[in-house]
Amino acid sequence: MNSLDIKSLRKEFADHLAVKKISLQVKQGEFFSILGPSGCGKTTLLRMISGFLQPSSGDILINDKLMNNVPANKRPVNLVFQNLALFPMMNVYENIAFGLKRRKVAKNIIDKKVKDILEKVHLSGYENKDISSLSGGQKQRVAIARSLILEPSILLLDEPLGALDLKLRESMKIELKKLQNEFGTTFIYITHDQSEALVMSDRVAVMNAGVFEQIDTPQNLYAKPKTAFVASFVGESNILKAKKISENKVKSQELEFKVNFIDEVQEECSLFIRPEAIIINPDEKIKDINIFEVNIKNILFDGSNTKLLALMSKNKELMISLPQNKQFKELQKGDKIKVGVSFEDCKVFNVK
Amino acid sequence: MLSDIRFKLGVYLLLLPVLLWLFLLIVIPQFELLLLSFQAEDDYGELVWSFENYKEFFVNEIYWYTFIRTAAYAIFVTFLTFVVTFPVAFYITKIVNKKYALFLSILLLLPFWVSELVRVYGWTILLRESGIINYFLQEFGFTSKGIELLYNDTSMIMGLVYTSMLFMVVPIMSALEGMDDSFIEAAYDLGASKFTIFFKIIIPYASSGIVSGSIVVFMLTLGNYLTPNLIGGKNSLWFTEQIYNEFIASLNWNQGSAFGFLLLILSSLIIFIALKISKQSLAKALR
Repeated sequence: MNSLDIKSLRKEFADHLAVKKISLQVKQGEFFSILGPSGCGKTTLLRMISGFLQPSSGDILINDKLMNNVPANKRPVNLVFQNLALFPMMNVYENIAFGLKRRKVAKNIIDKKVKDILEKVHLSGYENKDISSLSGGQKQRVAIARSLILEPSILLLDEPLGALDLKLRESMKIELKKLQNEFGTTFIYITHDQSEALVMSDRVAVMNAGVFEQIDTPQNLYAKPKTAFVASFVGESNILKAKKISENKVKSQELEFKVNFIDEVQEECSLFIRPEAIIINPDEKIKDINIFEVNIKNILFDGSNTKLLALMSKNKELMISLPQNKQFKELQKGDKIKVGVSFEDCKVFNVK
Repeated sequence: MLSDIRFKLGVYLLLLPVLLWLFLLIVIPQFELLLLSFQAEDDYGELVWSFENYKEFFVNEIYWYTFIRTAAYAIFVTFLTFVVTFPVAFYITKIVNKKYALFLSILLLLPFWVSELVRVYGWTILLRESGIINYFLQEFGFTSKGIELLYNDTSMIMGLVYTSMLFMVVPIMSALEGMDDSFIEAAYDLGASKFTIFFKIIIPYASSGIVSGSIVVFMLTLGNYLTPNLIGGKNSLWFTEQIYNEFIASLNWNQGSAFGFLLLILSSLIIFIALKISKQSLAKALR
């Protein structure tokens, strides 16, 4: 069964078109992310699902029921706000019990449910704490508990990790994924941070300028991007100007690259190569690989994310991932090295 | 060490004008009045210590009737001012386009650039028997002869609400301005009705502004002399008029100061009780 079924949804504002004809199905229990840069329309889409905005046209179905005319306070959907929106004049218990009280649930049942859910989010005994006395991660969990206690069909999350520092964000990613497993609720997660989307999601929709560019698993988005936008937005890429010279060959920087071709590419195109797809000093036994020479211009040390800044012919810069396993510790500025990229890691797209 | 002493000296010097002002103009006169209130003339016309002035208040029905009436009306005016101004404050801070918010705030402030006396006279011009409202009522044939719209409680309360509005609207607006719209949306998302959102989210959030606004309005109304006198007229029975009469008409300063202190005790007591009932703290409201 589909938790969420969106059919040709469209939203126009007075001065611009925010969402252009989007269709989407999300399965029950799925962790689904919508990934896109700011201004791509993802928040508008989210607000239409939660009921704060009326679509200009199209249908929203939740559990196969049409939701277009159901107000936000009656939809089986809850939203975790970007700034969490925990009520400052209430304590943890009152915040979490707020929704159940609106449903006129008996006090002893509310007490029990609040206790249970606090245990699940590892905040047992925090009932009487003031919101202002909680840390960022704790507030996060209270906000999620406040929504999940209502047992919504879908939990919508609007970049809730944005305000946290890096370390906490990393651990909250894992925590969120665990919580989703435990509750089995469908999560729809909005973010501009590709790492959040890739780590947590079962599927990700990459959104740009009001449309979905690609809906796929994180692995496929990374390995088989369908558009130039997806290739550049998900993960890092070196983008080189290229010219198509045959069905499976392009010319770039006076070098010829064999690629697995995508048919509709025009003559003027772009070649995408990920820094981590580039092999330094490739073994001669590796087959189907483009080999060329570069000059090391600099070594950009960043722990596990260290990169070589190399120069190709015609002084085009190329980023190459440098594994920190001592294999290449002899490399230095100014060295000339051989590098290789397999055919399938060379992606060619039309120039935007 | 030396700079430390200099710093302290500087602070005291800066505080000096305020302390002098407080002490010379408020503490000393109040103390003098307190002494006066406990003195009365004996049978020989000499001043002696006595509770006579306070006793007079409790014995004479008209005094404590006026007293209770003033207090009740002041509470009612405060409540009415809140009811009238809250939607205005909410509209300006939350609903209207930011571009017009400033313009509307200035519009609210504008009447207060004119002195209260002039504003209240303005009302009397509107309301009196030969006034503008009566002119139009007669012109359009609603009534054949002028109706006296002044000198009744309704007009007086309206006048008092009008003169107090600004002092309520400003603190409420500043409280509401700090409220993120997402609180309202979050409550709505969690299944709250508009009614619940208003009473459980918006009012509690704005409570500090409401409390400080209410205290100011209540005090100003209780101590208002001009509006009850001009719009309410001779029958307004406002307690400040009794104090005025004792000081100016009867030249009985002793009686007047006793009434003054009773009013001070009354207003403090009502505010104290109101804070206790609404479970609000003065410290929070004044922040």
